[in-house]
Amino acid sequence: MSTATPTAEDHRKMHVVVVGHVDHGKSTFVGRLLHDTDSLPNGKMEQVRKNCAIEGMEFEYAFLLDALIEEQEQNITIDTTRIFFRTKQRAYAIIDAPGHKEFLKNMVTGAASASAALLLIDAKEGVMDQSRRHAFLLSLLGVKQLVVLVNKMDLVQHSQETYERIRREYTAFLKTLGLEAVHFIPLAAKHGENVVQRSEKMAWWKGPTVTEALDAFRHEDDLTGLPLRLPVSDIYRFDHRRIVAGRVEAGAIRPGDELIFQPGGRRSTVRTFEDWPGPSREVAGTGDSASVTLSEQIFVERGQVAAHPSNQPRVGREFRARIFWLGKEPLVPNKTYRLRLLTQNVEAVIAKIEKITDASTLESVQADSVPRDSICEVVVRTTRPVAFDLHHECAITGRFALEEAGRIHGGGIILEARSEHAQRSGKVTSAERTARSGHAPAVVWFTGLSGSGKSTIAEAVERRLFDAGRNVVRVDGDDLRVSLNRDLGFSQADRAESVRRASGVAGLFAHTGHIALVTLIAPLAADRAKARANLANHAFVEVFVDAPLDVCEQRDVKGLYAKARRGEIAEFTGISSPYEAPESPEVHIRTDKVSTEQAVELVLNALDKILAGKGEDWEV
Amino acid sequence: MSRNAQNDHLTRLEQTSIHVFREAFSNFRSVCMPWSMGKDSNVLIWLARKAFCGKIPFPLLHIDTTYEFPEMYEFREKAKVIHGIDLIVRVNEDAIRRGIGYATHDPVTVTHELKTVPFKAAIDEFKWDALVTGIRRDEDPTRAKERWFSPRSAEGNWDYKDQPPEFWGQFASVAPEGGHVRVQPLLEWTELDIWEYIRRENIPNPTLYFARNGKRFRSLGCHPITHPVDSPASNIDEVIEELKRTKTSERAGRAQDHVGRNSMQELRAKGFM
Repeated sequence: MSTATPTAEDHRKMHVVVVGHVDHGKSTFVGRLLHDTDSLPNGKMEQVRKNCAIEGMEFEYAFLLDALIEEQEQNITIDTTRIFFRTKQRAYAIIDAPGHKEFLKNMVTGAASASAALLLIDAKEGVMDQSRRHAFLLSLLGVKQLVVLVNKMDLVQHSQETYERIRREYTAFLKTLGLEAVHFIPLAAKHGENVVQRSEKMAWWKGPTVTEALDAFRHEDDLTGLPLRLPVSDIYRFDHRRIVAGRVEAGAIRPGDELIFQPGGRRSTVRTFEDWPGPSREVAGTGDSASVTLSEQIFVERGQVAAHPSNQPRVGREFRARIFWLGKEPLVPNKTYRLRLLTQNVEAVIAKIEKITDASTLESVQADSVPRDSICEVVVRTTRPVAFDLHHECAITGRFALEEAGRIHGGGIILEARSEHAQRSGKVTSAERTARSGHAPAVVWFTGLSGSGKSTIAEAVERRLFDAGRNVVRVDGDDLRVSLNRDLGFSQADRAESVRRASGVAGLFAHTGHIALVTLIAPLAADRAKARANLANHAFVEVFVDAPLDVCEQRDVKGLYAKARRGEIAEFTGISSPYEAPESPEVHIRTDKVSTEQAVELVLNALDKILAGKGEDWEV
Repeated sequence: MSRNAQNDHLTRLEQTSIHVFREAFSNFRSVCMPWSMGKDSNVLIWLARKAFCGKIPFPLLHIDTTYEFPEMYEFREKAKVIHGIDLIVRVNEDAIRRGIGYATHDPVTVTHELKTVPFKAAIDEFKWDALVTGIRRDEDPTRAKERWFSPRSAEGNWDYKDQPPEFWGQFASVAPEGGHVRVQPLLEWTELDIWEYIRRENIPNPTLYFARNGKRFRSLGCHPITHPVDSPASNIDEVIEELKRTKTSERAGRAQDHVGRNSMQELRAKGFM
């Protein structure tokens, strides 16, 4: 990880949010910080002093900030703003979030983009509602680096005892949130004590000043060491190239990497990066927007998350989440919202409100709806499968926004995945099975003369699919002959029945989410048409494994042709019984002309094409 | 080690802007990018080409006040060819016939008539639902409150007191009825970032930014109300060195910002960029 404390000048701006109870001195602190770091525009100080003189008011450092954001009249911060300053070490953007609780929305907007937080507590007033509420939100928004500023120490005679009492009380509270403050710095912002300059009146404080503490913060958003998560923003076809566009949200990606796209489970390999004006980079890391071409053209769409097959996100439709709700209308169960998770955008309902948490006391209550500015734990159910991680596994894929009519009304973090069948009554749907297996089911039917190479190809296809993590099974005609079909002979009626039974078995497997590979001579077109009709609910690929009779007879792996020629087997297909070649199979393989490897590629390509063509259908 | 978003400040800004471009292009039906031909606008063109693998997949719009510096018109034609721009040019002919101009009217009126009015007319004509702008949070206090995606009503108004929340890379994805969304990929950039990026990427820009006879333009608008600042910085390296030291605001030379106390907020609430 490249997040070590910077020693030389750091060229990346650090975003810091400043929060705390109203009137605990945020504006004064920020004004003082700007002044003491020499970050004010020329003449600003003089201008504000002059304005104060005209209006007959005593100068306050808070006015500096207010002057910068043109808000003297309203005397409260109306929205999140950015204020820039720099220390010797690096540049900062202070995200100024409001202290009034009705502006929670802006606090969320501000704090969500911060790497670290400063939280002010008035030494005289002590820990208040919003002191607790804001810390709760910081934990919810994933801001982990926190420094608490115990401000207005001048009003408590710089008492170390008062400081220690607040530190103890608030540390205990933070612990219940799983948070820990890096420092509690005693401060008198108004007089610039321990902001940039060390306070002489608090000689007992041996810890850092605010700017020293700031310079020790680390950039927390480097997720390069985590598994790859690349949500697809779009597919571009501006010219002959088909480019998968997306930002690497975690991990890193290189040409040659095998990718799996979830939900859906389709796989391909990164062929190139297509950077303009070039040359293309060799690796795209966290935060980089990538333009990727793939080796195998598979169906990919906006919303899917590309990952390495060895470490994929979860795919599912139900999870427990902690949500903050900002909507004017309360959040209610069984109403359809849109859930946005990275580039995924699906319909979702709140299946259950488990509890509503009071952000300042952390006490929980039961309720049927969630009012504005509340935090709650709920069960979320989506109409289509989504790819996600738990928040503690990978924060960026473990959180989402809830939207109604195009406007974001809330956000949440995913605490726990729910297995749907435990919660849902009724039968397990094929969509649920697909979500679990990560791919759609299908039936691949290999038809052809005995000895044409059906089993050889099917086995090789099975190996490829199995190694790629698919649920795959072979339904082999010879196996069935000695088990399920032991009662059947080779009459036309028996052959029809054998095809019917094989299609039934394949259908059962497909229904449980498998890709079933059927190898059966099935010589008659009418029987095969019936099988296809029986399996109409599933993706179906007919593979005509074609070799001239004399080639098959020459191979005669099982010695059957010899027996048939000697008359020991009656009604042998090709010899004493007809074989009706398929007229329009999905795949036609001349095994006397192509290798097994080539045959396998043909089958897999056709399978992928069919599954891609099914698009949304198989997810419903 | 090659540059990436984690180890390089400018690359991080660039990659984030590209992401914002791409999200806008995927989310909205019809995107347009107003082009002032100024440095920020030219950086946007560069970023758009990076976002879309060399080709900008939407038109650019130049609202021609007819008060541009002559060099800007030359630059426009040159840049059009270099970047393969699909350019729409609009002039408020009606206002010009009515004699609106800097000789007779105040800058706020002229800016409104010659920029905002034809701008709104173009939006009505082409029905764009997303407009990419080059504004930055460090330019001006009212701009510091902006969002990456900022919805505007059908009248073009900006409700800066009730903006949508924006977090975790989720933006307002739907334009208000009859309105549009301003997409602002440069929000996190500073003036210094812009120049350092122009130098690094070698992005074409008008030479008015460089000092002649001890003066240069830091920000470019209509020539009657855009004043050069005292500066010896005659090339890009010198501009960057100057910016690292200066504490004068970038738009100090733009008269329309300074007429009334809250003139910028008023202009912007009415649909100015």
